[in-house]
Amino acid sequence: MAIEIEQPRVGLSKVAVSKTHGEDSPYFAGWKAYDENPYHETSNQSGVIQMGLAENQVSFDLLEKYLEEHSEASSWGKGTPGFRENALFQDYHGLKSFRQAMASFMEQIRGGRAKFDPDRIVLTAGATAANELLTFILADPGDALLIPTPYYPGFDRDLRWRTGVNIVPIHCDSSNNFQITPEAMEAAYQSAESMNLKVRGILITNPSNPLGATIQRSALEQILDFAVNKNIHLVSDEIYSGSTFSSSEFISIAEILETRGYKDAERVHIVYSLSKDLGLPGFRVGTIYSYNDQVVTTARRMSSFTLISSQTQHLLACMLSNKEFSENYIKTNRERLSKRYDMIIKGLKKAGIECLKGNAGLFCWMNLSPLLEKPTRESELALWKVILNEVKLNISPGSSCHCSEPGWFRVCFANMSEQTLEIALERIHKFMEQRKRN
Amino acid sequence: MLSSKASSNCHGQDSLYFLGWQVYEKNPFHEVENPTGIIQMGLAENQLSFDLVESWLRKNPDVMGLKNKDGESVFRDLALFQDYHGMPAFKNELVEYMAKIRGNKVKFDPNNLVLAAGATSANETLIFCLADPGDAILLPTPSYAGFDRDLKWRTGVEIVPIHCSSSNGFRISMFALEEAYERAQKLNLKVKGVLITNPSNPLGTTMTKDELQSLITFAIDKDIHLISDEVFSGTVFDSPCFISIMEAAMDSNLKRNTDVLSRIHIVYSLSKDLGLPGFRVGMIYSNNQTVVSAATKMSSFGLVSSQTQYLLSYMLANKKFTSNYMKRNQKRLKKRKEMLVSGLKKSGINCLKSNAGLFCWVDMRHLLCSNTFEAETDLWKKILCEVGLNISPGSSFHCSQPGWFRVCFANMNQSTLQVALRRIKDFVERSSFNYQQNMGSLSRKLISNWVRKLSSADREEQER
Repeated sequence: MAIEIEQPRVGLSKVAVSKTHGEDSPYFAGWKAYDENPYHETSNQSGVIQMGLAENQVSFDLLEKYLEEHSEASSWGKGTPGFRENALFQDYHGLKSFRQAMASFMEQIRGGRAKFDPDRIVLTAGATAANELLTFILADPGDALLIPTPYYPGFDRDLRWRTGVNIVPIHCDSSNNFQITPEAMEAAYQSAESMNLKVRGILITNPSNPLGATIQRSALEQILDFAVNKNIHLVSDEIYSGSTFSSSEFISIAEILETRGYKDAERVHIVYSLSKDLGLPGFRVGTIYSYNDQVVTTARRMSSFTLISSQTQHLLACMLSNKEFSENYIKTNRERLSKRYDMIIKGLKKAGIECLKGNAGLFCWMNLSPLLEKPTRESELALWKVILNEVKLNISPGSSCHCSEPGWFRVCFANMSEQTLEIALERIHKFMEQRKRN
Repeated sequence: MLSSKASSNCHGQDSLYFLGWQVYEKNPFHEVENPTGIIQMGLAENQLSFDLVESWLRKNPDVMGLKNKDGESVFRDLALFQDYHGMPAFKNELVEYMAKIRGNKVKFDPNNLVLAAGATSANETLIFCLADPGDAILLPTPSYAGFDRDLKWRTGVEIVPIHCSSSNGFRISMFALEEAYERAQKLNLKVKGVLITNPSNPLGTTMTKDELQSLITFAIDKDIHLISDEVFSGTVFDSPCFISIMEAAMDSNLKRNTDVLSRIHIVYSLSKDLGLPGFRVGMIYSNNQTVVSAATKMSSFGLVSSQTQYLLSYMLANKKFTSNYMKRNQKRLKKRKEMLVSGLKKSGINCLKSNAGLFCWVDMRHLLCSNTFEAETDLWKKILCEVGLNISPGSSFHCSQPGWFRVCFANMNQSTLQVALRRIKDFVERSSFNYQQNMGSLSRKLISNWVRKLSSADREEQER
């Protein structure tokens, strides 16, 4: 029914026509270039290699093996007796067995150093929905959330678009490895005040995207103290917690709360998802874990807008409650990511490129500032375009992550095969050689 | 410490609709384990045709196991698929299925379809796209209790009711429409659209072409949008056949106005006719490219699981399955509805004449001790706690007249429905016996009111 329709005169909402969805940023423009000319090992060897997508493809075989050996997870038993119940299940409390499995999985990731109560878990269709939902609950339109830079470009849409809430950046820089300091937090708070914005919370991502590094214990303590001091909320987005290369290096805000006897816990909320650690972004599995009863109740009701398919809850409840599977997965996944990280760091070093010392995530934070003509955002974007169009690598420029220091780039390494990563490293090497010669 | 949204009552969960549900959960009926428990008749679910879906599943174990026709695993692709445009194969099947429900009198373009996690999510997303906080949407009453949450809570948009009454079978009159619009103006609210549910929840009736075209004309006139929530379109089991807003808009007179299609939006879901509310499959259909574009981006907040998209794309691709399902499901719904209507009639209770839905709109005005909502709530409490039936009172649907109840019939097996009907019969007989006992203490006026309501004049009006 392709009917020619003129520019419709009938009005839409301000939200619908605004640009706050953020899709005009280079983060998304790079994807477009990739979509138009995607690299393929055999059929398109000169195509653009996608290094701008933080996906985890290194451990699928473990998931496939589990599914092969446990057909009951993807069906509803012989003769499908559980099907009806599952098809009807739309209770926003979520499947109890699934919540229990998630709580236990989150505990395993933290090496048992924190305990999670399944009744405090609220399920949402992905962390995207969880972050937006929390923002609706913790802040009113016009209020502000403080977020350390650099941060995930999607936050501009997820936290601001439909909520009408503002993001005020906490500026971090390379002078101290981009760590969050009390001075930077205070400066951001003052900045919000001067703009007449009421600060409702601080949102941290730990391990950090795009830095690929965990937040240190002392910093977490300072962040929690700051939140208590200003009487605001603390949201800890821990979606990369299972992607820390070594289990002992990740410290969750949950552990900090434990050591404090859960004092001040009612202002703390954790976001988790299976999109990164388990590599299942398509299944839309996110959670909010809150120590605040009212937040849990309200979030649960709001989750009506973003429930997880009961079919998927059933599959993952089976999978994650299998301790043998989950322990082996967590361990093996960490080892493979660590190996991949070592490979890319070595390869970049050979090409004369330094990265921030990382210990987690699906990407590394690469420093190309020595290559910039001028230490400006424009120079960074010019360099990014060259890398995209000539070297044919889609990497994400720091400016799209609101980094205040130009020249840094996020480079993903877990969303491709080892061979493809080799090719990408060769291209970078060649590019750097050429530049040296010029 | 929390936002005003978090502290508001806008989630609507204090309504009797949800309270009844809570009471039911504390004492749920079970044929064997709890035969004196409360029977859930407040949930518009379709449990009549699961066997048909189960049979298809048994024949397609590979699809469930995330394998393709060649037996190869598609797990990886599905695990990574989070494109907010949705799975093309799935959307292609959905538009064909939607067309089939409409007797193929309209064709849909999959590029104009936006997926959402259920119609709950689809409705909210549409409101975010069409109205600003503080604007208003006109909504005919009685209407689905969940709209208070879905349309208003996070969007900040107001609902202004279009009052419909039993005097004309609760149909939307132009007078009521204009009156609602004027009321909104007086409240200084900018009206951005009208939302209709067709087939209607809770009435179970479908709209005529004339009614739909009047609504379209009204929308053009006021330069507003028209949302047609057609989630029950697959549950039409009797004549008159279902006419979608899209079909009404295709009429030559209205087509001349090129704006028409840019202001009409349909919401659909697989939760009602296919009985799969747990799978969270909802969708928005619109010819307005700006709406499609914005809604697509917003769907990031409520994408459908790729695992589910995959399974259902195969199921809907089986045309023999869908034809058979539609035919048999409709037959079963019709039979079940007739069982409820005739059972209630035996107890002297009438229903609004209906041809769709998973429920009946039941007239219990004659059982009220006064023509008030307090009396309706009293009666509701009695039926919930003493008779043990969770039916939904008209007030929870914002009905302007007390005494009407929505009673669901498709979410239980036949024997349970029979138990429910028996309980109602006993209750009515008990009440009439008590009434006779207390006759001396009731005023003459009340008696004559009751007798008048049981007269044939009223019955005719309800059977229209």
